[in-house]
Amino acid sequence: MTGRPLLEVEDLRIDLDDGSRRVAAAEGVSFRIDRGETFGLVGESGCGKSITALALIGLLRPPLSIGGGVIRFEGQEIQHLSAARQRQLRGNRIAMIFQEPMTALNPVSPVGRQIAEMFVLHRGKSWREANQLAVEALASVRVPAPERRVKDYPHQLSGGMRQRVMIAIALACGPDLLIADEPTTALDVTVQAEIIELMRNLCAERGTAILMISHDLGLVANVCRRVAVMYAGRIVEERGSADIFRAPSHPYTQGLVDSLPRLGSRAALGRSRLKEIAGVVPAITRFPDGCRFNPRCTQATDICRTTAPQADGLEAGGFVRCHHHA
Amino acid sequence: MKLRANLVIGGSLFALAIVVGLLAPWLAHTDPVMDANLMNAEEPPSWTWWFGTDGQGRDIYSRVLYGARVSLTVGIVSQLINSVIGVALGLSAGYFGGWWDDIVNALTNLMLAIPSLIFALAIMAVLGPGLTSLLIALGLTNWSFTCRLARASALSLRSQGYVQAATVLGYGDARIMITQLLPNMLGPIVVIGTLGMGSAVLSEAVLSFLGLGVRPPFPSWGSMLSEAREQITTAPWLSIFPGLAIFLTVLGLNLLGDGLRDILDPQSRSRRT
Repeated sequence: MTGRPLLEVEDLRIDLDDGSRRVAAAEGVSFRIDRGETFGLVGESGCGKSITALALIGLLRPPLSIGGGVIRFEGQEIQHLSAARQRQLRGNRIAMIFQEPMTALNPVSPVGRQIAEMFVLHRGKSWREANQLAVEALASVRVPAPERRVKDYPHQLSGGMRQRVMIAIALACGPDLLIADEPTTALDVTVQAEIIELMRNLCAERGTAILMISHDLGLVANVCRRVAVMYAGRIVEERGSADIFRAPSHPYTQGLVDSLPRLGSRAALGRSRLKEIAGVVPAITRFPDGCRFNPRCTQATDICRTTAPQADGLEAGGFVRCHHHA
Repeated sequence: MKLRANLVIGGSLFALAIVVGLLAPWLAHTDPVMDANLMNAEEPPSWTWWFGTDGQGRDIYSRVLYGARVSLTVGIVSQLINSVIGVALGLSAGYFGGWWDDIVNALTNLMLAIPSLIFALAIMAVLGPGLTSLLIALGLTNWSFTCRLARASALSLRSQGYVQAATVLGYGDARIMITQLLPNMLGPIVVIGTLGMGSAVLSEAVLSFLGLGVRPPFPSWGSMLSEAREQITTAPWLSIFPGLAIFLTVLGLNLLGDGLRDILDPQSRSRRT
């Protein structure tokens, strides 16, 4: 990709203030997303992926705050913008969809009105025009009979339909970046595939970049061109998604890939049960010294316990943060 | 939907009171103020005088009808003022939190600590008697429960997914409060408002009874009771009929409030799950 990246995150640090001291819930987070690109952020619960997303859209609330680093959107630093300027970006240039389509829609407002509100808010349309645009938006996410559906309330729609409405709302103003935080976790597997497909197609048509956040490495690798794996507040590996599956470099990524259930793998590999990564993610206040993965790592040596590994560039692009990477 | 007895009875009683108040000039037999005739003084209820007459020969039936206007105006308008103040303060306090929440909380506690009727009396003492000051006094003194309710609702709604989603989509604070929080808390606010209307009607009666409400000779239910006090043994109809009017209106409003709570509550509960 040439030219300026759409989003550039450099050495982002997110602080958690627990009253007496500040601890870094995420640190050294750097990545870039080009226009129209799909980028995935993967990690276990509590690894810092969701707060990274919140930091991007300026919605960290105490006790969390940005402790350092730079977030550039189209070359402009946005981490210190005024609340009003950030609000102009949100929903308009950067949109977000959530894990829970059940609760992310206002129960007492018809869905058409909730879509129309985006046009009124960010495009200054009249309600009449906005309602017309809402019907079109609903049609674009392949909701059948959109002119009738706009009058429905969220409880009259199924989970998949609600997520479609969320996508319609998020893409209403043609944002440059769509942040999808676990967009399909609450849905059936069949619906999941449809929604992912829909999201990917719509974004490809409009040149919208996607930042997809999930714990599901398989899903992310399927959707995204590049994937970053987070562990305990740091990005441990960033690769093209095909490479990360074929030859994961970081022991944690290897563990993630190995722990994915695969059809027919039992017989082929002679395994009797799925592999797991021993141990649990350490609490934010008790991150170990050195490499944060060392207590759970099978390859850990003395240097892992004392020195945090630097990001090593890989030949095929991307980087890994490990002393012993392959 | 199954019609509920309390909703139907309460609604009918309240509607009856409103209709009676609106149509008083057509329903009344005589002018409530001017048609005094000492020849007819203290007549008991009869076919000619349905509710009897008072010491100055004025028709109690006509005076009760006109009295509905004052009582209902006070009930509705003062509760509306209370609801607006309570919702504005409570909603913003719950949403913003912080120092504003502290101030609103302190104010609410202050209002709850002082008996509202005493506070209203003090305001009336400053403003002087009359309908306008009655509206102001009762409108400024009964918002604390609405405020508490709105604040609690805002606190719990603030963490709902759709409120956070609205923030992410670029909604401003005012827009979030008006489009996301307010419609979702309206049910309980309406219920509290209906119940509050009942107590405002009673407060009007009390203040008028104490001579601080509407000035005679204009009728209000409270002032009619007040005037009837001395004749309660000789002409009991003077107090029975205005009292009955107050009783039925307040009963109607309370039943209506209960009924509204019944139909609004389970719906909102099933919506949230």
